[in-house]
Amino acid sequence: MAHFKSGLAGLLRWSWFVLLVFLAFSYLVAGLSTTSGVADRQPIIDSPDPIAADSASGSGDTSVSSESAQADSFEEAVAKVDQAWLASIQTKELTPAPVADWLTICRRMSLALVGNGLSLEEIRQLEQLPEEQREDAHLDTLLNDSRHHHYWGERWARFLVGTDEGQFVLYRRRRFRIWLADVFAQNWRYDEIVRNLITAEGLWTDSPEVNFLSATFDSNDGQPDPVRLAARTSRAFLGLRIDCLQCHDDFLGNVSLGDTQSPRDGRQTDFHQLAAFFTSAKTSGLQGVQDGKPDYQYKYLDAEEETDVQPAVPYSPELLPEEGRPRVRLAKWITHPENRQAARAAVSHVWALMYGRSAVDSVDNLPLDESTTPVLESLTDDFVENKFDLRRLVRLITRSAAFRVDSRADFEVTPKHERLGAVFPLVRLRPEQMAGAIIQSSRIKSIDRESSLLVQLQKFGGTNDFIKRYGDVGEDEFNSESVTITQRLVMLNGNMLKESVDYNPVLNASSHIEMFSKDNSHAVDTVYLCVLNRHPTDAEQEHFVHRIEEAKNRASAIEDLFWVLLNSTELAWNH
Amino acid sequence: MNNLISHQLCNRQRHLSRRTLLGAGTGSILMSSLARKLAWADETGRTDPAKPKSVILLWMQGGPSQLETFDPHSGSKFGGEVKSIDTSIKGLQIAETLPRVAEQMHLTSLVRSVTGKEGDHERAIYNVKTGFRPDPTLIHPSIGAALCQASDAGADIPRHISISPLNFPGRGGYLGAAYDAFKINDPAGPVPDVRKRVDDDRFEQRISDLTNVVERQFARGRLKDLNRTKTLHTTATDAALQMMSSEQLSAFDVSEEPKKVRDQFGDNPFGRGCLAAARLIEVGARCIEVTLGGWDSHVNNHGLQSSACESLDPGLAALLQRLKERDLLDSTLVVCGGEFGRTPQTNPAGGRDHWPHGFSTLLAGCGIRRGVVHGETAEKPKLDSEKPLDDVKDPVTVADIHSTILKAIDLPFSEELDTPVGRPMKRSEGTPIESILA
Repeated sequence: MAHFKSGLAGLLRWSWFVLLVFLAFSYLVAGLSTTSGVADRQPIIDSPDPIAADSASGSGDTSVSSESAQADSFEEAVAKVDQAWLASIQTKELTPAPVADWLTICRRMSLALVGNGLSLEEIRQLEQLPEEQREDAHLDTLLNDSRHHHYWGERWARFLVGTDEGQFVLYRRRRFRIWLADVFAQNWRYDEIVRNLITAEGLWTDSPEVNFLSATFDSNDGQPDPVRLAARTSRAFLGLRIDCLQCHDDFLGNVSLGDTQSPRDGRQTDFHQLAAFFTSAKTSGLQGVQDGKPDYQYKYLDAEEETDVQPAVPYSPELLPEEGRPRVRLAKWITHPENRQAARAAVSHVWALMYGRSAVDSVDNLPLDESTTPVLESLTDDFVENKFDLRRLVRLITRSAAFRVDSRADFEVTPKHERLGAVFPLVRLRPEQMAGAIIQSSRIKSIDRESSLLVQLQKFGGTNDFIKRYGDVGEDEFNSESVTITQRLVMLNGNMLKESVDYNPVLNASSHIEMFSKDNSHAVDTVYLCVLNRHPTDAEQEHFVHRIEEAKNRASAIEDLFWVLLNSTELAWNH
Repeated sequence: MNNLISHQLCNRQRHLSRRTLLGAGTGSILMSSLARKLAWADETGRTDPAKPKSVILLWMQGGPSQLETFDPHSGSKFGGEVKSIDTSIKGLQIAETLPRVAEQMHLTSLVRSVTGKEGDHERAIYNVKTGFRPDPTLIHPSIGAALCQASDAGADIPRHISISPLNFPGRGGYLGAAYDAFKINDPAGPVPDVRKRVDDDRFEQRISDLTNVVERQFARGRLKDLNRTKTLHTTATDAALQMMSSEQLSAFDVSEEPKKVRDQFGDNPFGRGCLAAARLIEVGARCIEVTLGGWDSHVNNHGLQSSACESLDPGLAALLQRLKERDLLDSTLVVCGGEFGRTPQTNPAGGRDHWPHGFSTLLAGCGIRRGVVHGETAEKPKLDSEKPLDDVKDPVTVADIHSTILKAIDLPFSEELDTPVGRPMKRSEGTPIESILA
């Protein structure tokens, strides 16, 4: 009996232990709040108009007459953007370069939307279509490609929460990134994304958008940090750098706020009043972030004592709803159709993602009282008119003459041509784009979710190793740094390049081309398409065919050609 | 100015042509001046007196306990199990786990009153390595980057090097990635990516095809002098090829040293890192960071700290000795410290937690006074969470340590640099600790 009692007590103790472990595990893995994920969540404020997956205009109405009207409207929008671009160039007495060839334009799209160049498989498929249809067809494919959703998920995550992994228990960057990928896959409107981020509630585990807030927990004792959130919100959603106002009024004339028509110098109060909105976000145990009352005291520079800071916006206060929960009011204000500054910030960011560099000095620094560029302003008009439709914006950019212009010309190209976009500017590929370009070029087929697990794992592991050695630019997305010695060494002698070009009859394109190309001329042409996404010039063709012919080992000569092209400036720069 | 800087590589030889650079490794007659200096140093045991100032940062990642290293309070309530021993500075005691360092303390200054405001590893590492607290608006440069940006002097190989860097090597920050540290692991292994993957003839042909065919084709119809004015791709390739063929690469190879010397530094990655750091300084590298982890002792504090000290002790002591012997201590600043200290109290697991309110940093050489101790922590701290600095005498900030370092290596610490967006930013916002500066 005593044995039985002792056993029972032991069992109970272990049961408690197992239960506790289970609860802790559940908390860590799934969370305990009741909010749901992307697929079934309800909009927080307004009813979001569903955006049809791929209509040119982004409207859900797909009747024939409606489609025709939308197409006309889209063409008109393209014409307006092009007009603005051409006028801005001609004003400076420059002549634009001609339109680039379709392969070059498609490579630009691929680099921007999936982070690598085209695969040979994609090129061959597009070649089946009439030339005038290829660019649109490629864009259609990319926008619905999970590679695009995940690539943009990562790039937007960098913009919104940075690259630090933070405290694992309180912050799940990976979940946040996947939530963003889902949002892009489902073609959410931009304003809806912003509202969900600003007003996020629940646990960061099962309401991944909450990680926008919990990313700042580490600097505010487990609570959302209003100061960091104000800085991030201002930069990401308003395109304003007001960080210096955290400590003092602007005395250099760098920050203009207040009235958009007649702005004044920024004040310390502007920053902290914006921060005050986020003091309504409180962490509440297992319920995660919940809404409460704003509660913010701050001692301003030279003040004798702390004052209560009430939430207020840094400009256009007339657009701020008077009633409602603080963060909901802020979200409505940011996404108000008349808040042009916020729309410009969104367009500026998407433009930089597509183009590879910011249209102005910095993607998140668009002075309130200055226009950006004629192209950006024209795109902003269309973005607001079309209910913040991100895919339409992407389409509009890729169809614009500014995006399609060649990067070389038969006249002397000057830095001014590059600066004003009269030629497409050369932009260095980001480290993950380099990794993606190398890995994709070494495979005949596109590497995507349909690829074998081995290939996907190779890409994942190879990319991580490559970036670790090559250097990650962090969240500083559009800072085109100069190339480093380390980076060149990685390309000249690194492991990834060796594995990508060496003889591997199962996986590597170099081996496949050696085995299956009908002649050396075809082999050279195919290597160029795989790596640089273009055909070789006659001189290049002749030179490398000769190289292969004179080589003792044909496979080695083809590997050498792969290596040479992978080490070229042309691969490393978007053009 | 910044535009110019952003187009520079962290290598003084960047203007040499590829042909010249390739030729540099072909024979002793073309040996670079710095390689000659190394040979001369080997022969004479002394180096060029006009040598520019350099830094070796011994980075104790994880948060070394001041109580188990340079600021023991043995026998007191919070002193823990470690005992104190005398050092070569009269009246100064450090932990018994650092006996060889104790013999070299007369070469150093010890700051026992460093205070910070960051208690999280990542944020505190940023703080101590840059002198600034994390700022979402920009990334500040580390000391090595600041040093390389300010002066072109240096070696054929990268001048800013991080050995066994774990996750946080020195970065160029707003000065540009060109000033990022070149990363290597344990010097027992080869330097990564400097060995050709094919034979010389094949490699040469690859380079020739790249330069003479593909690059020429790409440059057509684009900016005039595309490489120089925009991409620097060929320039960087040349610099990489130069490094691959440089005799100075052997400075990374500690196996060239006699076994006796290697044993003095310690037969472990940190010891080899310290030895490599000394060799690299001898050939002209400007900032070497050597990382030693294992200090984050939330459990079993005494055991973990003692274990880490077993690596630190021979490495640091032998490094100071070698620099002194080779007449390099006047031109090389050695800094040894971590991101924060550890709590006076021990937790129930026998560990000490993070403590930025009074920890130690050791400095030596390069204009740092010898045999000085600045500040102290209380033997019987009040541990008032509202006033943690009450337990620290003569407290200094992390920024003060940076200003001191910058002043010691002749960089104007309060000079303002322009960030890429034109924001003026001081090199440091601290005040030099004059009591330890000569």
